[in-house]
Amino acid sequence: MKRYASFWVGAVVVIALSWLMALSGMNEYFFFAGFVVLQFVILATAWNILGGYAGYVNFGTAAFVGVGAYTAVLLFKSVQAPLLLQLLAAAAVGGLLGLATGLLTLRLRGIFFAIATVAIIVIMETVIVNWRYVGGATGVQLMRPPVAEPFSTYTRMLFVLMTVLAVLAVSIARYVQVSWIGRGLRALRDSEEAAECCGVPTLKLKLLICTVSGALMGAAGAPLPMYLSFVEPASSFSLNYSVSALAMAMIGGTTHWIGPVIGALLLGSIQQAVTVTISSEINVLVVGVLLVLFVVAAPDGMIGLWRRFMGRR
Amino acid sequence: MFGVLLGCFYAAVSIGLSVSFGLLDVPHVAHPAVMVLGSYCTYLLAQHGVDPIAAGVVLMPPFFLLGILLYRFYYETFEKRGSDAGVRGLAFFFGIAFIIEVGLTLCFGVDQRMVEAAYIGRSLSIGDFRVPMRMLVAFGVALCLTAGLTLYLSKTFTGRAIKAVAQDEAALRLMGANPVRIKQWAFGIATAVSALAGAMLIIVAPVEPSLDRVYIGRTFCVVVLAGLGSMTGTLAAGLILGITESIVLMLFGASWAPAVAFGLLLIVLGIRPQGLFGR
Repeated sequence: MKRYASFWVGAVVVIALSWLMALSGMNEYFFFAGFVVLQFVILATAWNILGGYAGYVNFGTAAFVGVGAYTAVLLFKSVQAPLLLQLLAAAAVGGLLGLATGLLTLRLRGIFFAIATVAIIVIMETVIVNWRYVGGATGVQLMRPPVAEPFSTYTRMLFVLMTVLAVLAVSIARYVQVSWIGRGLRALRDSEEAAECCGVPTLKLKLLICTVSGALMGAAGAPLPMYLSFVEPASSFSLNYSVSALAMAMIGGTTHWIGPVIGALLLGSIQQAVTVTISSEINVLVVGVLLVLFVVAAPDGMIGLWRRFMGRR
Repeated sequence: MFGVLLGCFYAAVSIGLSVSFGLLDVPHVAHPAVMVLGSYCTYLLAQHGVDPIAAGVVLMPPFFLLGILLYRFYYETFEKRGSDAGVRGLAFFFGIAFIIEVGLTLCFGVDQRMVEAAYIGRSLSIGDFRVPMRMLVAFGVALCLTAGLTLYLSKTFTGRAIKAVAQDEAALRLMGANPVRIKQWAFGIATAVSALAGAMLIIVAPVEPSLDRVYIGRTFCVVVLAGLGSMTGTLAAGLILGITESIVLMLFGASWAPAVAFGLLLIVLGIRPQGLFGR
């Protein structure tokens, strides 16, 4: 029981801390970069629920992010919906798309599933490109509404919002991991047939986690239009989201909920630093190289390294 | 008509993958990236006055070696360890694809590159049709490639060995052959073929580093539609994709074209995952 308590205390402390930082007079750029890192925490965590626990490699993170962002755009443009509503709607649409992806797993595994998720990205992107109302290929410019009270700038507000979302995502991932769902998923990852024979409801589990994972990714994409006050399909549906989410979870370690968080914080910060100091092309290269390095040399990620290190002593 | 030419071209760019993924079961997501790398090497050679097709042929031996190295590495790190190779192998090739793409972006920039040759830009008129020569060249090379590979796999000793390893690896081991060496050889051939395919890619249209993303869909669509590892199936599937794509292009416009391959892929995966000519 004590461990559960410490997790929730930690969660509250993180949120309170980000709130305080947002109210303090820190440099604006910190929040600008922090938003991106937090977004990756959510994405990597959501990716890991499906990819790490269940062993289904999802290359479609970008599809969910893009769909979330464009749901927000649609709601904002048509009825000027408030941010929270945009977020919920994006999560709902992301969840639906996730459910559809889950139905794919009925017949597809391994590389076929992975390629099918790439297909989802391209199809979604093409639909958006051809949809004039939300801006088509050229994108759409949005006016931010005035910022809500205690915060001085919009970016700070989004930063706090993302922290809350990230904490939420991590607690969901943690719940999935420690509950019966996680046990079922581990059985499913090792052998789907054996799990099914032992009475694990594999289809139900897969649909459930695909939906949850998709909803989280959709929610992570929703604040994007307000953050940039501009969206266009090519960058919203960029494969960079997919490879980063996957790489962060892999680098952190996929078996424990803390893995993607570590991976995202670490890799996200490196990416931000590299983007500022060198160039944004190099930052994608860093992700690729680190991914290959870790997959080859440390297959269990940072967690695996840590465990090996502790075991040796 | 254009669809048929396009289809043969798609078959040619997919045939390497048909060997590496279809026959060897390697989740080679980096195949299109390797191909684009081939295009850029062709571009470099063409800058020094080498004919693009000749350049593609010249590039085959080094790419063959590259393929062998790549497979060796993949085998040592993943297949040998056995379990859970799927997820990590995929991530590995995805990472490789990204490294190649970004590497090319850093070296050449994001601009489109193309090559010059006598037959590029001209077109052949047959009655009312005007067929661009570059498509015909690609068509010819594609046919030669497919025919050559089909013959190789069915007539020669190593070719048959490759097919055998795809069917039953354990049995091959019992016969006293080394499956890893054969697979390595086959992967090398697949990579060499993709060098030539890369040369055609840059003949047909200008190339940019991020082109591999579109071709992930096209190549996998063709290979899956064909049924894994079937060479004649690859040709037929390429034709289907090419014709469908050009019909969509005419009816709905160019902006819908990229989704065709992926849509077709989803449909095939959903309805008949073993493909049209599958085992």
